[in-house]
Formats: sequence, structure tokens, C-alpha cells
Amino acid sequence: MDSRLTQFDELAGADGCTRAPYRKLSQWLAATPPELLASRREQAELLFRRIGITFAVYGAQEATERLIPFDILPRILSRGEWTTLEKGLIQRVAALNAFLADIYSAGDILKAGIVPADLVYRNPAYCPDMAGRRVPYDIFVHIAGVDIVRTDDQGFFVLEDNARTPSGVSYMLENREVMMRLFPELFALHRVAPIENYPDELLATLRSVAPPRANGDPTIVLMTPGQYNSAFYEHSFLADKLGVELVEGRDLFVRDDVVFMRTTEGPRRVDVIYRRIDDDFLDPLCFRPDSALGVAGLMGAYHAGNVTLANAVGAGAADDKAMYTYMPEIIRFYLGEAPLLQNVPTFRCREADALAYVLDRLDELVVKEVNGSGGYGMLVGPHATRAQIEEFRAKLKAQPQNFIAQPTLALSTCPIALASGVAPRHVDLRPFVLQGANGARVVPGGLTRVAMTEKSLVVNSSQGGGTKDTWVIDDAWVDEEAAGQA
Amino acid sequence: MLSRTADNLYWLARYMERADFLARAIQASRRLAALPKAYGGDETEWESVLLSSGAALAFENSGRPVDEGNVVGFLTFAPENPGSIRNCLEQARANARAVRTALTIEMWESINDAYLEMRALESRGGVPCAQELARFLELIKQTSLTYDGGAYRTMLRNDAYWFSRVGLFIERADNTARLLDVKYHVLLPEKEVVGGSLDYFQWSAILRAVSAHTAYHWVYRTSMKPWLVADLLILRPEMPRSLISCYESIVRNLDNLARAHGRQGASQRHARGVYGRLEKLTMESVFQGGLHEFVQSFIAENNRLGALISEQYLF
Repeated sequence: MDSRLTQFDELAGADGCTRAPYRKLSQWLAATPPELLASRREQAELLFRRIGITFAVYGAQEATERLIPFDILPRILSRGEWTTLEKGLIQRVAALNAFLADIYSAGDILKAGIVPADLVYRNPAYCPDMAGRRVPYDIFVHIAGVDIVRTDDQGFFVLEDNARTPSGVSYMLENREVMMRLFPELFALHRVAPIENYPDELLATLRSVAPPRANGDPTIVLMTPGQYNSAFYEHSFLADKLGVELVEGRDLFVRDDVVFMRTTEGPRRVDVIYRRIDDDFLDPLCFRPDSALGVAGLMGAYHAGNVTLANAVGAGAADDKAMYTYMPEIIRFYLGEAPLLQNVPTFRCREADALAYVLDRLDELVVKEVNGSGGYGMLVGPHATRAQIEEFRAKLKAQPQNFIAQPTLALSTCPIALASGVAPRHVDLRPFVLQGANGARVVPGGLTRVAMTEKSLVVNSSQGGGTKDTWVIDDAWVDEEAAGQA
Repeated sequence: MLSRTADNLYWLARYMERADFLARAIQASRRLAALPKAYGGDETEWESVLLSSGAALAFENSGRPVDEGNVVGFLTFAPENPGSIRNCLEQARANARAVRTALTIEMWESINDAYLEMRALESRGGVPCAQELARFLELIKQTSLTYDGGAYRTMLRNDAYWFSRVGLFIERADNTARLLDVKYHVLLPEKEVVGGSLDYFQWSAILRAVSAHTAYHWVYRTSMKPWLVADLLILRPEMPRSLISCYESIVRNLDNLARAHGRQGASQRHARGVYGRLEKLTMESVFQGGLHEFVQSFIAENNRLGALISEQYLF
């Protein structure tokens, strides 16, 4: 069956009857004149631009600060859908953490032959410097962004785990604020679960993993590569909401294995660093010697247990696309449970049978580089030109271990408001999972990314994708309303 | 707070204040230059604006002849003039963006709005027409008011606030002093001519550049006298752009910092020294020692304070 034929729209459903979570929205849309939507769209753009929510795109000279397109129609999940999702997310992150703690110590899963050892140890994101080291509470991934897609009414698939420095949470929070300013009437119609507590939950998570010598009152900082980084807006936004200093490498220094920041009152000790900078740039003494973004000696302080880094160094070893294919086995191995969220069926091109299958069907499949991210280094077969396909065929044959392939999924669509009216577009969802010493937390919802171009499946903001506010609304209330109208 | 944050806030305030001063100085000079020659309206006015804005050397290097169009263009939109209003605004925004967390939303929005409007004007290309230019100068003045009002009304009274205030008043003192430095020759007492002076319009241009034209009359309740103009800009504590008023504010804000940090330092001592000398000063002694010499030494003292603050707080 060609899955592309069965498009699932989250509002219209498979049969064209409006799905329950969208009933109110659908009625409201029907009663709302297009001019009103148009004027709210303009207001939204104005708000975003004034607040300065921009996103830098690498390589685009003229547009170094660009707005991420924002769609004013909410994406809606019912409480029931969310509960399933939340459990699965927490399970997934627990398994990622157990896996990382294992591969940097005993390596039980490798000995058990479940994950090939070379795939772990030869992974560029595997950090040999972390081998044999423990991290506080064995938590490597404190903040995870798990990309979720759906293809029908039934379930959710995990498309990708992001265990390094996932971004987008500021858009999740700002989208909600803007929506509440633009559409008070829609919020009055729905009971939308709040997400504004995310910064507090994040703070609690970061505090929980502080080194013991911080005595329960740790100094936390957020470390950014600087204002030219694509996600700088998010860094400053989060630091502000957390009430912590936003530091760059040059604001920190290490003395006797202790990290300090330079303040107007002299050096101040730092206990927890929420770092939004990649492993490679953290410490020029340990990683890239040419990095001016990091702090010399930081890894020494880290290994001495004097500072906690979130996420831990080397966490990327769990989130590449090759490891992804083993996630169901990883969950079973560490947790003894069946995975609650499914993987998208994936072919590991390193395996000869799979490679042959993939090469035969390049025009149907999505091929991804194992270490690629942000929608770069990806082939969407059905939308690719002959030449692009041949180019990928050559790459695949040369280094099959660098690629995985997945069927082109019929990603669900949601309505978006365009100048020309309301139309469906493909969406995914990135909920943010927090894992602290005192438990896991997920605020209801996440960042919905939307492919603004018709039929496009690429939702990445670096590729022109947009975002939407994501609502989790109460089932009981939906049902009651439905009953009342029946 | 982070030293880098303090540094950014300090410079942000200085750039905003400088942009505001430039806008006022240009407006005042246009007014003066538009007068008939006999009333002081001539091209030398544009040289003095270049001097008081510290852009004279850069302008000379540009090789352009000194006339209104060139000078105003150079001071407002020229990307090649590091001290042009557009560059001040761009610098201010870059500093603001780097310390978004230390600013309130009102402050950020006022800077960002002005920046976006400036970019829109620039993206249309070509030389802005007189009307656009006038609107732009108004926008800059307006922005500095909203920004400053935003700071005053919404910022927590902590070191972020005090650092940005110190930056503002150091810049303001510098601007007032430079203006005096360029115009000192028209402010000397022996210049008085019975029956009015042709310098009258020069004096009123000076007052306009520091938005003190009306204030003068309220303070002195007499017709314009050059030494009183100098008095207003140097020694009157009630005049918010006078040197003494700037130093009163600098001392107060530096003291707040010292109290919060629990230690006094070289910058507090230096600022108190400058303020103390201003308090004891009379206009007679200023004119005796030479207005020009006084202003020169004040500018040096003020720069010294900037250096001491960097040393003490900003690493």
C-alpha cells in the first residue's frame, strides 16, 4: 500500500468528520471571517518581530536574523493522547540515560550483543574521555527533545531523539504567550493545559543535579556560544526566565579545578552549567584546540566533580540515527518493558540486505545521514530529482554505514492559516523531557513544527519550516461538550 | 553580575545617549545654519558640529567638502562613520541583544523598534529626503526618551541599573563638555556687546542642542548672556545636562554600586573628587583660568573615570 495516499489530517480525521479535540476550533473557524484571521496573522508577525524572536540561519548573509514563520492556528491534542505520549517519552529518556551510563562504564549491552560495539565506540559523538567516569546520579541527558510524528489516529512514532542541546523550547513558550494575546476567545472556549512552568521545572531539574558541595544552593549558569549562534535568542530568553546568568566561555575561568565566572564583584563559583554549546567546543585543552568559545580546564573541573554539565559530555552517543534503530531493544534491555512509543521502521544501510533493499527503492524512501541534523544531508526520495538520487546512490555505496533509510511517512497534517485561506500542512512535534535526580518532568505539549510549503515534509526551521502553538486540552470537557451538543 | 553584562549595559547607555545628543545637535545646527549669514548662519556651523561630535577627523578622511548635506549625512546614516547615529543605534542594539536578560522588555522593544525602522528606511536605498531625515531625528529623540523612561520605570534598582546610569551620565557629561569646548569662544564674557549680540543665535543653538532653551529662561529670568549659558551648562545643579548635575548622578550611582558590593574603589574616589571640585567652583574662577582650559581638563578627568570604572568592574 502506498502510505502517501492515506493522508491523516488531525482536524478532519480519516473520514472527514472533525475529530473531537478540534470540534470547538472547527466551529470557531467556520464562524470567523477571513479578514479577522488575516489581521491576527499580521499582529502575530509584528509581535514576534518586536520581541526580537529571531533565528539566525547559517550561511545566509543578508538574512542573518530571520523570523521563524508562525502559524496562528493551534495544534490540539486530547489529554488522553498526551498521557500516552508522556509515558512513552519518560520511558524513552530513562532508557537513553541507562544506555549512556552503561556504554561509558561496563558496556553490558555491548557484551550482550544487542548493540554492535563498533557502532558505539567508533561513533564520533562517543567521548573516550568520559569512559569509566560517573556523572551525578548517572544522568547524562537532563534535557531531551524527542521528535514525534503520527500517521493516523492510533499512535505516535519517534522520528528522532535529541540528547545533546535540543532547541526550540523558547518558541514553545513564546508561541503560547503570543496566542494568549491574540486569541483570548479561543482560550476561553478550551481548557488548555499550561506550559508556563517549564522554566521552573528546568531550574528544579538543574538544581537537583548540582554537586554536593554546592550545599543545596547552587550557582547555575546558561552557557551560550554567543550572540551569533542561531539559537542565541533562546539562550537569552531561557537565562532570563530561569534567573541565571547567560555566560560565554570568556566569562568563565577555571582555577584549581573549580569553575568561576567573572563578575563585577570578583570571581564567583559556578556549580551547574546548562550548556548550549557542543562537546567539541567546551574545553580547548580537551577537545578542539582552536575553539575560542570554551573554557580551558573545564573538563578537569568536570571530572573532579566540581561542576555539573547539562547535558553531560558524550550524551550525543545515544542520539544519532544509527543508534536510534536500536532504541526498542535498548528500552527492553534496561527497563524490561515493551516500548510505549514506536520507532519509524528503519533500514540500517550498514547491513548488506538492507542496503540492497534501499538502493532498489531510493525514489520511495527517505535517506538520512547518521550524523546529520537540522534537515541537512537528507534525501526525500519521492521529491528528489534524478540527479539527487544518483548522487545519494553514490554516497550510499561508498559509505553505507553512514546512512539509514525510512519509508516516506504520510506525516499527519494540521490546518494552517494562509493568506489564501485555511489549508493542511505536515507537522511534527518536539516535546521537551526533563530528567533530574528527583524525577522526570514533561510540560504538556511541545513545539509543533510545520512545513509551510504545500506537500513538503521538511519541518526544520533552518529549511524554512514554521511553528505552531500546541494545546493539550481536557478530554472530559471535550466529551461533555460533545454530549451537550448531540 | 557578569562583568561582560556590566560592560554591555554601560556601553549601551553611552551609545543611546550619544545618538540622542547627535540628533539634538544636528537639529540645532540646521536651525542656525538656515539663518541669514549676518545672524551667524554660515558653513562654519557644520565644522563645529563635526568637532563637538568628535567626527571631524573621520570626516576629513572621507575627503568630502564641508556642507550641510555631507555633514548631516555623515553624522546620521554614514556606515563609515563609527560615531554616526545609525552606528550608535546599531551598537546599542548589539549590546542590548547581548544582554537581553538584563533589560526589561520595554527597553528592548524601544531600541529594537527604532532599529527596525532605521533598517526599513535604509532598505529603501538612496539619500533620505529632508522630511525623512527630520522624522528620523525625531525618532531617535523619541527612542531615547522611551528607552530612558523604560529604564527608569521598569528596571530593578540593582547593579544593572546603576551601571547603565553611570554610562549615561558619563556620556552626557562628555557631550556637554565637547559642545562647550567647540563653542567656548562665543561664551566668553568680554564678548558682550551693548544692544545685543550677533552671537545670540549661537547661544540659543547651544541651548537647543542640550534641550535647555526654555530652561534657561526659567532659571535666570533674564535675556541671554553668554556667561549664564556657560553657567547653566557647567554649574547649575537643576539643569539635567550640566556637568555638575551629571557628576551628582555619577557619584550617587557609583555609591549605590559600592554599597551593594560592599567596597569603595578608585572610581568612587575619583568621581567624588571631580564632583567636589565642581561644587566649589564659581564661574568667575572658570573664566579666570580660561573656559577652554577648564573644559579640556574636565574632558580628560571624565575619560579617566571611564578608564577607572573599566579597571574596577569590567576587567
